Amino acid sequence: MHSPVLSDMLRSRDWILADGATGTNLFNMGLAAGEAPELWNDSSPERIRRLYRDAVDAGSDLFLTNSFGSNAARLKLHDAQSRARELSRMAAELGREIADAAGRRVVVAGSMGPTGEIMAPMGELTHSEAVEIFHEQAEGLKAGGADVLWVETISAPEELKAAAEAAAKVEMPWCCTMSFDTAGRTMMGVTPADMARLVDRLPYGPHAFGANCGVGASDLLRTILGIATHDPSRPLIAKGNAGIPKYVDGKIHYDGTPDLMAEYAVLARDCGASIIGGCCGTMPEHISRMRAALENRPSAGSPELERIAEILGPFSSPGDGMDTPARERSTRRRRRR
Amino acid sequence: MDDNDEDDIVLSELSDEELVPQMFDDLYDGLKEEIEEGVRILLDRGWVPYRVLTEALVGGMTIVGNDFRDGILFVPEVLLAANAMKGGMSILKPLLAETGAPRMGKMVIGTVKGDIHDIGKNLVSMMMEGAGFEIVDLGINNPVENFLEALVREDADILGMSALLTTTMPYMKVVIDSLIEKGMREDYIVLVGGAPLNEEFGRAIGADAYCRDAAVAVDTAKTFIERKHNLLAAV
Repeated sequence: MHSPVLSDMLRSRDWILADGATGTNLFNMGLAAGEAPELWNDSSPERIRRLYRDAVDAGSDLFLTNSFGSNAARLKLHDAQSRARELSRMAAELGREIADAAGRRVVVAGSMGPTGEIMAPMGELTHSEAVEIFHEQAEGLKAGGADVLWVETISAPEELKAAAEAAAKVEMPWCCTMSFDTAGRTMMGVTPADMARLVDRLPYGPHAFGANCGVGASDLLRTILGIATHDPSRPLIAKGNAGIPKYVDGKIHYDGTPDLMAEYAVLARDCGASIIGGCCGTMPEHISRMRAALENRPSAGSPELERIAEILGPFSSPGDGMDTPARERSTRRRRRR
Repeated sequence: MDDNDEDDIVLSELSDEELVPQMFDDLYDGLKEEIEEGVRILLDRGWVPYRVLTEALVGGMTIVGNDFRDGILFVPEVLLAANAMKGGMSILKPLLAETGAPRMGKMVIGTVKGDIHDIGKNLVSMMMEGAGFEIVDLGINNPVENFLEALVREDADILGMSALLTTTMPYMKVVIDSLIEKGMREDYIVLVGGAPLNEEFGRAIGADAYCRDAAVAVDTAKTFIERKHNLLAAV
């Protein structure tokens, strides 16, 4: 087992501040659209160090490595499928270097994003192939010195199970978040309650779990509230986007200000999340404001949905995805042959 | 599933009036073999291919699409339904071409330059095919020339562009601006989609519409094609 730094930290603190966006920050450093950011672990390590250092300097207790897409399925699109392990290892090594020089305890979380494939039986990717893809990435992250694996932005339950199996194979502690972006559910229809059940049944369970990305900060907190009612036993993770992307003067700009994200961080804690960070659009200035707010603002108890909407803006859908109507059928249901 | 509600069903014993709603439900449940069988039965009974397509398959996929839009069905169920639809279409396609059936419309679709995320685009393609549209899929990472060339070559009605990354979204405007420059913008219906987009963005870049999901894309395409036909009829 790797160093239990995350579980130690979770035991001794009420909240842990994670980092912000990886993509948005790298694009600001000149990453071109369509370019694989993980290639920079090799070709521009100084920029990746800066990404990590900015997060640490802004007050993050935990940051994600630049390895979201360093799995064979994603790298294949850049003809770099043979480099999954190597690029993952480099991402973690650079992270280790920055964390060890931080002068305080900082967790290096090895990011593992989705394969981008649809899994069988709907799609082509089989369970064993998916496990192997994640396993290869996890081995690289472990070799590079990551403290914990961080499976994120997942939509399909099958994919989460495959990633869990890979974490078990490398015997690393792990965390996971899904992206709830479709009327309160994930793209594949998983509700917050479904996720809680899914995580509960995993033979090799995560240290913490929750939600990231999705549709903006309000929706994300509604998801956290939904998970919290179904599984209050494990630490919860909230990593929401800095608002909604807007098109301004030929560029995309997330409308969530540092002040808004500070409000979001406090509300996330009050909703029951203990690992709190941002996702797309969240820059170092957001993170430092979030840190100050978490340190200075006392808990006001779990917020009502109305209060979340009042402070962070309206929800993108009326429901939280958990009370979905069913269709009345005109014919008899047939027996499966 | 409640066993009491289940029954063995012999499709060939059903009347046309019973068979079509049964096919709607079989599509809904993603039963490919049953859909293929249903299509063959209707053809054997003398239905013209175009009628099988519009009344049985498109009718069924409309229900799937509506329930996807309303958050009753999700991507996995839609993929299974689309797969069943495909089974039926593979029988109908050659027959439709032979019989010169009317066209719903043709769409050129792809993710824009820099964007390699294609699950959403593939869903739109499947749902559009399910609604009877012809699809020319350019795949991922398309520069402006690919879109323009395919629109002309295919004599398409609709351009569909998809972007998942906030950094690639502005490229949609590059494509639309090129259409305007070449005087081609009015010839095509331009629909855009992708998780980070919204209506405001669609308007800002000069698209005809932003489509929140694949079901909305189908509805929007139908509305615009109808409007185009009405305009032509009025001239």
